[in-house]
Amino acid sequence: MADDNSIIYGLEFQARALAPQLAETEAVRFFVGTQSLKFSQNQIHLVELDEEQSFVNTRVFPHSVGEIWSVSPSPVSHDIITTCYNTLTEESTCLMKSSLWRLPSSESDDRGDSDQETGSGPHHSSSGPLECVCEFDTSEYGKEVKVSAFHPTDGSRVMSIVDNHFLMFDVSESSAKLVSKGTLESKGQPKFMTGKWNPHHKCTQFVTASECSVRSWDLREDNKQAWCIEGAHSQLVRDFDINPNKQYYIASGGDDGCTKFWDVRNPSEPVISRSDHSHWVWAVRYNHFHDQLVLTSSSDARLVLTSVASISSEPDGHLGATEDESDTRKGILADGILATYDQHEDSVYSVEWSVADPWTFASLSYDGRLVISKVPKAVKYKILL
Amino acid sequence: MVDFDDIDNPYNINGPNFCPEMYVQKLLKGSSLKQVMDKEADIVRDTQSLHSDMQTLVYENYNKFISATDTVKKMKRDFRVMEDEMEQLAANMEEITKSSQQISSTLQDTRQQFTKLLGVHSLLKRLQFLFKLPAKLSARIKEEQYAQAVQDYLHAQRVLERYGNMASFQGIQKDCEIILGDLKQRLRDQFKNKEASAKDLAKAVDLLLQLSEPADQLCAEFLAHAETRLEEQLGLLENFQEQDLLEFVDMGSKGFLSDLCLVVASYNDMFINRLAPEMHSSDDFETLATGQLSKFVMERMEKYFALVSSRVEKQQDVGETLILVRALDRFHRRLQAINTLFQHTDFTLTGTNIALKAGRRQCKIHLQALKGHFWEALTRVRQTLAATKVAGQDKDGPSLQELLTSLVLATRVKVKNVLQDLLVFLQPDLMFAMKPMFREAFCVDGVREGLVVGFMHHLTATARGFCAPGHHSVPPALLLLLSKMCLDFESTCVRELLSHTDDCFDAGVGSSSVVTAPNELCTNMRAAAQDLLNHYVRMQGLIVSQMLRKSVETRDWLHTIEPRTVRAVMKRVVEDVAAMDAQVGLLYEEGQRAERSSDSSRRTHSMSVSRQFRPNWSSYASSQLDQSAIATNIHKLFSERIEIFSSVGFSKVSILTGIIKIGLKTFIECVRLRTFSRFGLQQIQVDTHYLQLYLWRFVADENLVLFLLDEVLSSTVHRCLDPVLMEPSVMDIICERG
Repeated sequence: MADDNSIIYGLEFQARALAPQLAETEAVRFFVGTQSLKFSQNQIHLVELDEEQSFVNTRVFPHSVGEIWSVSPSPVSHDIITTCYNTLTEESTCLMKSSLWRLPSSESDDRGDSDQETGSGPHHSSSGPLECVCEFDTSEYGKEVKVSAFHPTDGSRVMSIVDNHFLMFDVSESSAKLVSKGTLESKGQPKFMTGKWNPHHKCTQFVTASECSVRSWDLREDNKQAWCIEGAHSQLVRDFDINPNKQYYIASGGDDGCTKFWDVRNPSEPVISRSDHSHWVWAVRYNHFHDQLVLTSSSDARLVLTSVASISSEPDGHLGATEDESDTRKGILADGILATYDQHEDSVYSVEWSVADPWTFASLSYDGRLVISKVPKAVKYKILL
Repeated sequence: MVDFDDIDNPYNINGPNFCPEMYVQKLLKGSSLKQVMDKEADIVRDTQSLHSDMQTLVYENYNKFISATDTVKKMKRDFRVMEDEMEQLAANMEEITKSSQQISSTLQDTRQQFTKLLGVHSLLKRLQFLFKLPAKLSARIKEEQYAQAVQDYLHAQRVLERYGNMASFQGIQKDCEIILGDLKQRLRDQFKNKEASAKDLAKAVDLLLQLSEPADQLCAEFLAHAETRLEEQLGLLENFQEQDLLEFVDMGSKGFLSDLCLVVASYNDMFINRLAPEMHSSDDFETLATGQLSKFVMERMEKYFALVSSRVEKQQDVGETLILVRALDRFHRRLQAINTLFQHTDFTLTGTNIALKAGRRQCKIHLQALKGHFWEALTRVRQTLAATKVAGQDKDGPSLQELLTSLVLATRVKVKNVLQDLLVFLQPDLMFAMKPMFREAFCVDGVREGLVVGFMHHLTATARGFCAPGHHSVPPALLLLLSKMCLDFESTCVRELLSHTDDCFDAGVGSSSVVTAPNELCTNMRAAAQDLLNHYVRMQGLIVSQMLRKSVETRDWLHTIEPRTVRAVMKRVVEDVAAMDAQVGLLYEEGQRAERSSDSSRRTHSMSVSRQFRPNWSSYASSQLDQSAIATNIHKLFSERIEIFSSVGFSKVSILTGIIKIGLKTFIECVRLRTFSRFGLQQIQVDTHYLQLYLWRFVADENLVLFLLDEVLSSTVHRCLDPVLMEPSVMDIICERG
């Protein structure tokens, strides 16, 4: 069940960074950033699932400034992304940076395949270099840039996370202008693990993970802490996701191997706690359309599709169904594991749902294997019918 | 001459058939002459004598005849005189009768008057009694001879009733009624008198009944009075709640119950047994009276039961089972007494229920106590563990096993003691213990399920509680110990204790209720043991992980010097793992290893495994990185997937394997997040080699360690800016020195 229609795409390099092309709503497209210490070799792959879904088309953009730790696409423009990368300085030491890039126009890939690369897909094309729009100046705030995340709707706002700071940049001009900043003041100098805009409340909150806690910051009120789940996991919180359709509900995953679902109004106790992985949970993602579907990836090289129908925004399944249908044909999805995917051989550091097709998702393991899979048909029909 | 004497014989001379001819013939024939001569002389002589006799007789008779003739002559003369006198007498008699008739007729009136006078006299006497009655009654009442008074009154009552319409009697009757009213009042007062004994009461009731007071009212009054008395008793009992239980029960039995018995007995005597036949509507009255009584008794008994049960509840304590049981028995026995008197309700049922409740409660209290003991024992264990931890690691060695055995033993002994204690409830001389209702409920629900099984569940729950996310400060040794404890219980104690229980309380046999099978408990125990052990592994793994993580995260791997020693943290890891190994080894068996070989061969083997990979790295060239990556990928394809946070087996190597797996996996993940210089890589190389040298001995399958360490090293190679590996010989030297 787990491996029907899975498509595997191999990268030559190790990779951690994966993101869906947010502005694209027609084609299933993902950005993948490679992580090679031969900095000039690094690339960004834009992987598109073909209509027939039997193979993938890719465009490859060299990202020669350094190894990519995270990619984050603009919500409004196809061709705008930010990356956080590790680059080499003149003193031959490493430095983490973050930049805004513009992709070369897509016509360029019609010019034909590049000779330098040996393609792994039927349509594997190398494109022109990325155009660096601007660089986020984070150097004075810390060394480790974790992510530079776009505002969910506004393409001119980017939030960068550096050590224990989050910095909001305005990128409407050609340079990145620091608009606002917030700091986590706590003993032991905790660093942010990751951060995300909260799509609710008119995007006035930014949520971060640090050590064992998940915190929300109110951007209107001088970046004060809005709420906090202390000790969400007994060890590091690796990732979290905010339910896109239901306010106050978030999911988190951590080094204790648990995936927990929270109502942030009650931070003392998770609503659901699951322990389906046999190692750290590195990524957790809500399906944007059917938020009862949650994907988690782990360093046990597995991907788990979980149902949390009991706390989803559509607890009775599909909202459009008439009552007669719902009585007779629609089975309510029970909470629990729906599918386990184990096509990966190495730790799976990221997993993302497609923006275009709610039933498709991609996962990326450290060895550079990108797997595009689908939700099992049985589950799909159960939700739809 | 033979038949001479025969009377009919013709030869008998004196007989009437004497035939002289034959006689002479015979004489002549049979006798000699002499004899005949003699005979003749004899006969002559006899004839002469007879002749003279006859002469005298005749003479005598003649004389008599003459005198008789004289007399007759005389009589003839006398009778004439007599005749005259007789006539005279008849005349006289006639006269006498005449005069006597005269007299009696004259006396007739007087006699009648006399009898009349006598009648008046007796009437007057009675009247006098009546007139005196009021005074007499009051006197009697004053003397408190109520019975006599009632007797008197009843005597006069009929008369009074008959002549009640006469004015003079009406006065008397009124007086009497007043006095009797007073009497009744007094009798009733006796009812109300708290001092009055039941016997007095009975007497009073008897008298009142004789005075034909309405019986049902009397019943009610009697019961009302009895109620006040009994309530008093109950009140007294209530106040004596603090008393010793035995005394309390005795008091209840002697005071309340015996009074109640008396009340019921006298009530039965007075109202039901005696009255019923006399009453017209005897059936109605009997049911009514019985109803009243039973209602009354029920209410009292209810209160009494409530009091007793509340008292019994207060009593309950672990150490006092014997007293409790004895008190319950006494209580129960006394109920038997009232049961015989009052057959409508089986009070022993309620009594048995109270006993059963007490039994159950006792079980619960014992369970609580057991839980408490267990918790205390655990706390002691924790303290000991904490103390030994402070004191030093080598000291906690021997005590862990000892702690375990003492914990298990103490728990076992405690449970057995409790069972022993509860056995008192089943002593054969106890009345309530003989009831099947009590036996079954107590043995199965109370002891077996409630106490023993409940305690087992508590054990697993408590043990599991330490795995809960809230418990961060649990010493790992405790988890280990608890896990082993659960295992010990699973293997022996559960069955032993349950069968012990079943033996003592014959609970498992022939009971309708569902009993928990030992297997279920064993499974629970095993699951708990597994959970605890997994938790232990995770905790210990976390400790190792944290050390490794910090060591990787805090170091600047780009600016590190050429490795000269193994980093201290690796030694620390090995030490800690060794300590854990020792700790686990105290409680768990060694377990199966994948393969066994001697130390030296193992060492060369491990070296050879490493060498398979090493040529790639040592002769590292940029183009070969991909190949090495492919090599590891292929290696992964053919090796089994390693579950990191997985269940471990109940053996030392399995546990240690679990811990080491978690630690090394963390190592891999942390290394992947860093960037290394050449010396950084070499340091990791040295460290992994060191770990490889020392960790194999702890695990079930050394290839696992090798694989994970290779993964660490290859990950580091990937994260290295200038991946040049150290010469193995140098590495060996460094490691041996360290």
